[in-house]
Amino acid sequence: MYSPAIIAEAMVNGLLTGAVYALVALGLTLVYGVLHIINFAHGALLTCAMFAVWGLSEGLGVNVYFTIVPLAVVMFGVGYALQYWLIGPASRGEDSNTLLVTLGLSIAIENALLAVFHSDTRTLSGDAAFDVVELGPMLLSRPRLIGFGVSLLVALVLWLLLTRTDAGKAMRAVAKEPMGARLAGIDVRHIFALTFGIGCACLAVAAGLLLPTFYVTPRVGNAFVLVAFTIVVLGGMGSVPGALIGGLLIGMVESLGGLLFGESLGQGGIFVIFILVLLLRPQGLFGARA
Amino acid sequence: MSPRGLMPMLILLAALALVPAFGSNTSINFLVSALIVALAAQGWNLLGGFCGQFSFGHAAFFGTGAYVDAVLQARYGVNAWAASAVAIAAGAGVGWLIGFLSFRAGLRGSYFALITLAFAEVLRISANAAPITGGATGLLLKLDARAANFQFASRGVFCLIALTCVALVLALSVWIARGRLGAQFAAVRENEDAARALGIDVLATKLRAISLSAAVTAAAGCLYTQYFLYLDANIAYGSWISVEALLAVIVGGISTPAGPIFGALALHALGEVTRLIARGVTGIDLVLFGLILIAAIAFAPTGLAGLASRLRRALG
Repeated sequence: MYSPAIIAEAMVNGLLTGAVYALVALGLTLVYGVLHIINFAHGALLTCAMFAVWGLSEGLGVNVYFTIVPLAVVMFGVGYALQYWLIGPASRGEDSNTLLVTLGLSIAIENALLAVFHSDTRTLSGDAAFDVVELGPMLLSRPRLIGFGVSLLVALVLWLLLTRTDAGKAMRAVAKEPMGARLAGIDVRHIFALTFGIGCACLAVAAGLLLPTFYVTPRVGNAFVLVAFTIVVLGGMGSVPGALIGGLLIGMVESLGGLLFGESLGQGGIFVIFILVLLLRPQGLFGARA
Repeated sequence: MSPRGLMPMLILLAALALVPAFGSNTSINFLVSALIVALAAQGWNLLGGFCGQFSFGHAAFFGTGAYVDAVLQARYGVNAWAASAVAIAAGAGVGWLIGFLSFRAGLRGSYFALITLAFAEVLRISANAAPITGGATGLLLKLDARAANFQFASRGVFCLIALTCVALVLALSVWIARGRLGAQFAAVRENEDAARALGIDVLATKLRAISLSAAVTAAAGCLYTQYFLYLDANIAYGSWISVEALLAVIVGGISTPAGPIFGALALHALGEVTRLIARGVTGIDLVLFGLILIAAIAFAPTGLAGLASRLRRALG
């Protein structure tokens, strides 16, 4: 029905998008893995970051890719502060409270953005979206290729951070046994905030990578966070490699699904996958703890 | 809750019953909207408060109630009262099904919250695409204000009906809270393993809670349809009602029978005032709701009802 070249191109495009999905999911899964909470405000924070990228790039004329590093630092600070002074103290260690506090946060952020920017769709001016690279028989979008590369790089850095540094060791210790970690002299509150900050920094990177080919509205984060939740559950809650593989997989499924069944399947299809995964395999495809 | 503890609520309900007689159309409109949210919130409280299962997707039940009621009338010419009865049963059925699938898979806490949200979204997207619901243009019911049609020329009568529904569910909640069922709900909420050890069938108890809860919230959906006579997918299955139902309960006082009513009235009044002050700024009331949710969790985990009883104790 379709020539192999078209299918191959759809698969590669899916992989490229999937890598950025994985980046959003990495932040979510990291926070879940260490804090054991579901950060419901993840999507709203991504939207914030995307508006920041849009503002810097359109308002101040900064190249999109140069906004990533400073914004990642800022978002890290925002995330750290949010967890240290707001989410942590307000939830008093109860999961249901955390869920509600982050829900409140997402409602407040999303509607504040709506009040300021209205529901208009904004894109970056310029023709970066049409910048293509010829790779054998395939035409691939350059911003997506960059997104793919940077996402993998960030995942690698994150993995090195978790396995090779003292902070990473402390994070893993807290993830396994918060009480024991506290007794060993680790400042658990600081580690929680650190993890949350890193999760938010991932969002800043994702925002910078997404914007050249995507649009931003006050509700755009919801679409991504839904995909991210699906990826996180699919890859096993808290598993970094799981998030990466899950992201690539979902990206490919979405791309092929769009090609074979039409784009309208889009979000509804992902919700259905999400429900099925939760019902049938809540421990994730790779059997990590749920 | 003691009969004395319910007194303020009963006085409030009696006072509200006077609004249709003396109030303006605006105040009646306000009260009806608040009561519809209160009813939805009472439904949420039966599952989330009494039984401890937090749902982020009560829109699934509200929307099913609203749509079944509207579709049966508009497409099949069923009488409005009969349609409402079927709609409430359908809401309970959807609740049971979602509960059966998720609870049997062992989902609880955040997972349950997420999957209810996903179910509500699937329903919203389907309702937005399906021809029978009128798709994106929505569904308009014919205006024919006769009691047999569950439509009334006077808004006041409708307001009294909504008030009666809220009062009935309040009585039901008090009855459940005092009885065996309420004790089983509380046992499941506090510790599932301990409840199981006591011989409680945890799955069956949760299914009872979610079916009851969904039926009540579906009834709120019916009231919405009958009052506004217009529906689309973003109203019926939109996240607004999931959020407001949950928020009214948290703000009013979780797992107290009267909490959702206090909460819905307080939030609605606040939303109205905010919209008046910040005229033309879309979403500003929701920003406030989000902040209130955070503040309620941080400073008043027992809600207005808890604050009131703390005040009473302080005053001796």
